[in-house]
Amino acid sequence: MHNQYTGKASLQNAGVGGPRSGLPAYRDGFTPQVIDLGRYLFFDPLLSKNGKLACASCHQPDKGFSDGLPRSLGADGRPLPRNAPSLWNAGLQHRLFWDGRASTLEQQMLGPLYDPKEMANTPANLRNSLNASPEYRRLFGLAFPSAGKEIRLDQVYTALAAFQSTLISLNSRYDLYAGGFHDALSAREIEGMNVFRSFVARCAECHTPPLFSNQQIAVIGMPQAKGLAFDAGAQSVSGEASQRGGFKVPSLRNIVKTAPYSHSGHYTNLHETVEFYTLGRGHAVPKNEKLTLHWHIWEPKLSPNEINRLVDFLGALTDESFKPSVPRRVPSGLKPMPLPGSGNLSKPLTKETP
Amino acid sequence: MKKLLLGAVIGALIAAIGLYVYQRVGGSAAPTGPVETAESSLTAASKGKIDAGASLRTVKMAGSILTVKDGESIQAAVSKAKPGDTIQVMPGLYKETVYIDKDNIAIVGVIDKGAWPVMDGERKLNDAILYSGSGIRIENMKIVHYKGNAIMGQAGNNFVIRYNWIVDTGVYGIFPQFGKNGLVEYNVISGIEDAAIYIGMCDNIQVSNNEVFASVAGIEIENTRHAIVENNLVYDNAGGILTFITPGLPIKTTFDVIIRDNFVVNNNHKNFGAPGSIVSGVPSGTGIIVMAADDVRIEDNIIRGNKNAGIIVADHKSFANITIDPEADPNPDRVSILRNFFANNGYEPIDDVKALMALNLTKQGPDALAIGGGTGSCISNHGSVKTLNMGSWADCGNATSRDVGSLLLPKPVPARVMGAMEQHELGPRLYSGICAGCHAYNARMIGPPTQIIQAMYADNPQGIADYIANPVKKRDDFPAMPSQGHLNEAQRLAVAKYMLEVKQ
Repeated sequence: MHNQYTGKASLQNAGVGGPRSGLPAYRDGFTPQVIDLGRYLFFDPLLSKNGKLACASCHQPDKGFSDGLPRSLGADGRPLPRNAPSLWNAGLQHRLFWDGRASTLEQQMLGPLYDPKEMANTPANLRNSLNASPEYRRLFGLAFPSAGKEIRLDQVYTALAAFQSTLISLNSRYDLYAGGFHDALSAREIEGMNVFRSFVARCAECHTPPLFSNQQIAVIGMPQAKGLAFDAGAQSVSGEASQRGGFKVPSLRNIVKTAPYSHSGHYTNLHETVEFYTLGRGHAVPKNEKLTLHWHIWEPKLSPNEINRLVDFLGALTDESFKPSVPRRVPSGLKPMPLPGSGNLSKPLTKETP
Repeated sequence: MKKLLLGAVIGALIAAIGLYVYQRVGGSAAPTGPVETAESSLTAASKGKIDAGASLRTVKMAGSILTVKDGESIQAAVSKAKPGDTIQVMPGLYKETVYIDKDNIAIVGVIDKGAWPVMDGERKLNDAILYSGSGIRIENMKIVHYKGNAIMGQAGNNFVIRYNWIVDTGVYGIFPQFGKNGLVEYNVISGIEDAAIYIGMCDNIQVSNNEVFASVAGIEIENTRHAIVENNLVYDNAGGILTFITPGLPIKTTFDVIIRDNFVVNNNHKNFGAPGSIVSGVPSGTGIIVMAADDVRIEDNIIRGNKNAGIIVADHKSFANITIDPEADPNPDRVSILRNFFANNGYEPIDDVKALMALNLTKQGPDALAIGGGTGSCISNHGSVKTLNMGSWADCGNATSRDVGSLLLPKPVPARVMGAMEQHELGPRLYSGICAGCHAYNARMIGPPTQIIQAMYADNPQGIADYIANPVKKRDDFPAMPSQGHLNEAQRLAVAKYMLEVKQ
């Protein structure tokens, strides 16, 4: 991977800082064959038990690799507990899932693949169905030429991780500004950027460049999904009472593409989401919950103009130049997800083989 | 011997001429010493305190001087400035937020017979100065009534912030974050609702000779390594000097901190920290707090009249308002309380300290107390200090921090250049980032199609490169193109060549 951040330092190599700081460690070095195989797997509903859900069902390229829904729909068509996180720059993230319970892509994908409410597959069934496909056997053979003839699950996980690691978005107009081309942002966007990093709004304290996430857990008290029990978030993982209601700070890259927002998908647009931070510390916390809210959640008293400028600035974080195309066919012969209408017609990432 | 004397005479003569020039120019306008950058002064400072002082007083940047007068905009000068330039701000009133997203810029106020350049946020503006560049120097500015910070650094290295007078600027006075190698000295700061000087997630720092008062916290060293806090006057805050690991931040450690030769006196101000802020949990009347930080040396401070306690050493679990971070070590280890002057601390302790006193069967409020976990800590002259809960602390023996003159780096942190981007990537990146916003390949957008431009400029990339530096309105049915003069010659040529190659 080469971009303006490559090779730059960051304090303690943490991959956070300012416009000129380097990136966190990232996944790289996969062969084109492995990446392309990963792309077919990603869009192929063969990976779900009922053959109706692919990774791309909830992570659609045209919707910022989310799905446009407050909460994604599971195998039975009913809403799952949380909003689908975007996959942009997933290869640079070391905490995955809203509650941060996975630290690698390989670990993370086991969740949706085998959760009975999500793709509901089983390891044995997945292995069998892939091995039953001559086309997949051929593609796995190309991707892993020194391996045996049987498709192994670790190869599936590697290929999916490889594909996801190509979803890089680091060449937005903001990045041009950060690289020294200050005319790349409009006056309004610069005004928004200065509100964003000001110590009144404090957005950049957690949504820290260059990823626009510091990848930490924060308890901020955003609204919960209606009709569900309180989502304890990171507390369920760490057991720490003070992390109750804590979620991973999401990256804001390509954020205009990924509505609705928050772990519960409560907010339909960015304006509402930004406004959350100025409506009062803890205003959306259920009465019977006592949360240890993050210290940066305070009373910034943002003006309507400041909220608008923040939204303007968030629009400058868009870069979809590495958006892959949805394959026209997938090796299983099933219909690639997402179904036409929400797919996209841009040029393929690599040459189509089937 | 004679030679040496002659040298001294010439030296005095030069000094006298220097003084004359200094007075002619008025106030502290660009001194006439050897040309130096903030970085070179930092290098000198890293050699030790005495060198640092001498060299810092002759600092000058290598570039040109841009003067901003009352009624003009400092930001306009920053936007114009090139790396190496000094922005000289004349006495006057400046109501703006200044942001510096380039390297090696100095903002230097001119103080004329007591008249300062004043940045006034009128309690409406967020921050006075934001910088992300490295080699930033800010001095002689009076900054008042902002809502966020007076001076905030975002990952700028090699910074020098000194001689500023900061009053009531919101959450922090001086707040470098994610920076390496920086000097904060000779500032006077008061009326801050968190820390007057807050070093957050930095490495290699010196905070010296500042006066901080009437704030919630005086000086805070947080999630930072290799820092010296010395010769500061810290009084009338709720808490004097804090050194913390704050959990939940992306950088997880604080260690190698020296707190010495400070006056930490009467820090009994009401805590007016914002509800929920970590500093709002600092008990009023506390001189020094070490929370979870390791390898902290506290030496030769005068710690007097702090009503709750002179020094508190605590772990995360003993502190209010804290979300535990499983990735951060909650315990302070290897803290050395060396020789200090203690008097009249702990005369009105908070209830938690009183409870600890009862538990230890004492009625004396503490000069120093420890609470929670941690190992390897020591105290000198234990018999002379009113300690609480420190029975297990060892004697420090002959330990001292005097072997360390400075923790600044001997050489500046190297510049973060765009070097990693290869030449062949420059054209495509600039084209897709800038040109493609208005020019589609074969369709009309805001500007004419790229195909048409290719036909006009075939084999003439230089023609495009020249035109985009100074575009003129050419077509009635299209708006004039904005200048791309911010790109340098090589960048314009690279993007022009790529524009002629684009095929779709």
